[in-house]
Amino acid sequence: MLTILFDGIAYGMLLFVLACGLAVTLGLMNFVNLAHGAFAMAGGYVTVVLMNRYGISFYWCLPAAFLLSGALGALLEVTLYRRLYSASHLDQVLFSIGLVFMAVAGVDYVMGGQQQLISLPSALSGRFSLMGVDIGRYRLFIIVLCAALTIALQTTLARTRIGSQLRAAVDDGRVARGLGINVSLIFILTFALGSGLAGLGGALGVELLGLDPNFPLKYLIYFMIVVTIGGTSSITGPFLAALLLGIADVAGKYYLPSLGAFIIYAVMIAFLILRPNGLFSREGGR
Amino acid sequence: MSRLPRQALASAFLHRKARWKPLEFAFWITALGAAFAFPSQQLLLSEIAILALFALSLDLIVGYAGILSLGHAAFFGIGAYAAGLISLHAVAEPVTGLILSGAIAGLAGLATSFLVLRGSDLTKLMTTFGVSMLLAEAANQAAWLTGGADGLSGIVIDPIVGLFEFDLFGRTGYLYCLGVLFAAMFIARRIVNSPFGLSLKAIKRNSRRAAMLGISPNRRIVAIYTLSALYAGFSGALLTQTTSFVSPDVLAFHRSADVLLVLVLGGVGYLYGGVIGAVIFTVLRAWLSVVTPQYWMFWIGLILVALVLVGRDRISPARLLAGLRARTGRPASSPAQHQKEEA
Repeated sequence: MLTILFDGIAYGMLLFVLACGLAVTLGLMNFVNLAHGAFAMAGGYVTVVLMNRYGISFYWCLPAAFLLSGALGALLEVTLYRRLYSASHLDQVLFSIGLVFMAVAGVDYVMGGQQQLISLPSALSGRFSLMGVDIGRYRLFIIVLCAALTIALQTTLARTRIGSQLRAAVDDGRVARGLGINVSLIFILTFALGSGLAGLGGALGVELLGLDPNFPLKYLIYFMIVVTIGGTSSITGPFLAALLLGIADVAGKYYLPSLGAFIIYAVMIAFLILRPNGLFSREGGR
Repeated sequence: MSRLPRQALASAFLHRKARWKPLEFAFWITALGAAFAFPSQQLLLSEIAILALFALSLDLIVGYAGILSLGHAAFFGIGAYAAGLISLHAVAEPVTGLILSGAIAGLAGLATSFLVLRGSDLTKLMTTFGVSMLLAEAANQAAWLTGGADGLSGIVIDPIVGLFEFDLFGRTGYLYCLGVLFAAMFIARRIVNSPFGLSLKAIKRNSRRAAMLGISPNRRIVAIYTLSALYAGFSGALLTQTTSFVSPDVLAFHRSADVLLVLVLGGVGYLYGGVIGAVIFTVLRAWLSVVTPQYWMFWIGLILVALVLVGRDRISPARLLAGLRARTGRPASSPAQHQKEEA
């Protein structure tokens, strides 16, 4: 029971790191980016290639996945995404679905369609028992790492200068620009950070979620659920939504395996009927 | 002109819009001729007609009511499965099956239409997406009814109204699909060129203002969403009846995405967009899957991205037609122009 809770928390934490970039672009910047999973997949494949072909340690692969996906995100923001911030939602949906299709087929072409595997360092594999709870070392590692990231992220957004600049830029880009804030630079940085975190999540998730070219489509719904249910008011909403989703999914698969993903979708629809703007909606939010 | 009562002006406007244009006649005659001109391509042609009907149903909600749907395959799938089950367990006569399965899909549309009334575009995207995923999962799990991942097979379809047997080359199938498509288009034209259709456009542009003019948005959205689901159910049923097979693929996400692409290729909001898009898309896919069998998805994605970046309005067939008409001195109506509405 507690083990399931623990696994669920680890899963939820991972989902949060994967989805929090989307929470900013979709939730705050109001850009329907269905291609977010592609960045996570990029991070995953960076890890796989670095570890399996070049024998680089897993711990070094994580920052590499973060940096490379972040760079990819920044590149795409400057070249493509930027033009579509003010486009209609239909355009954004089409554009990002197109990107997903390209990513899926492209990765299939370069890496092949099979499931990718990595072998974790021995310090992270295996389980140990603590007060009757069976704890996987790797899951504990994920929880600690993701919790640290979440706290850092929340502090950055709420306390630092760049955080308040971001909030200003998102709330009213025009006024922010008038106050001398370099809005486009902020957006590039944010987008890069979000993609980088997705990449990091993808790298961490190779072991837990699996990795194959269909990754962006398979987990798209999970990211979207985190953001839509979490709402756009703060980082806290998506964080709680991710935890809830993680625990519900793990528990559902354990107790009612025959229902499969049924529960998740049903819960999401129910939430959206009751609270169309998310659990914690922002007053006057767009 | 100013002395004419407003009502007469409005109905004259609607009559002008509802008039059949020469190009439309040309299109339908070509489509009919294709049944005899390309005897070896009948299956591809049926595929086009089915996809066109599906895209037409999506156009009704995206182009006229402004509801973004990422899960329109839900109704397509319901129609397909319903047609399969009806012919297996009840009647094997296709027209009856078609009407029944369309009605079932329409009911499903009516039931889920209340989910798209509230919230932002994103909420609507998510609920439609969620409903279709839910159904896909259900079809996969309820193996006793749907055959699970293996799908329904062994479907035998009787001759249409007991007279026209489905032949091996699929000509009957194509003519049957084309007939349904024509009937659907005929009715859809009547609907969108009625005061009801105009009020939908008003809701799409600005639902709050429309409400202030005395148009009740919710009831109209429910109505058009139901109709759209009905059409989607028809197209799904046609697929089952012409291929005698249903697989869970009819509910897959890529089908919802494909039909959006089809609609956008042809242009949103003038009914023929779906038909033109279906022709372009099917031919393109047939060609791409010969050139790069495994990676045609990449090129479809590239086309989507390019289409959005260049600007859908600039290259849509609707715009080209309007430009053509403007050059010949006729007043041009460019339906694809109004896509960028105020949030």
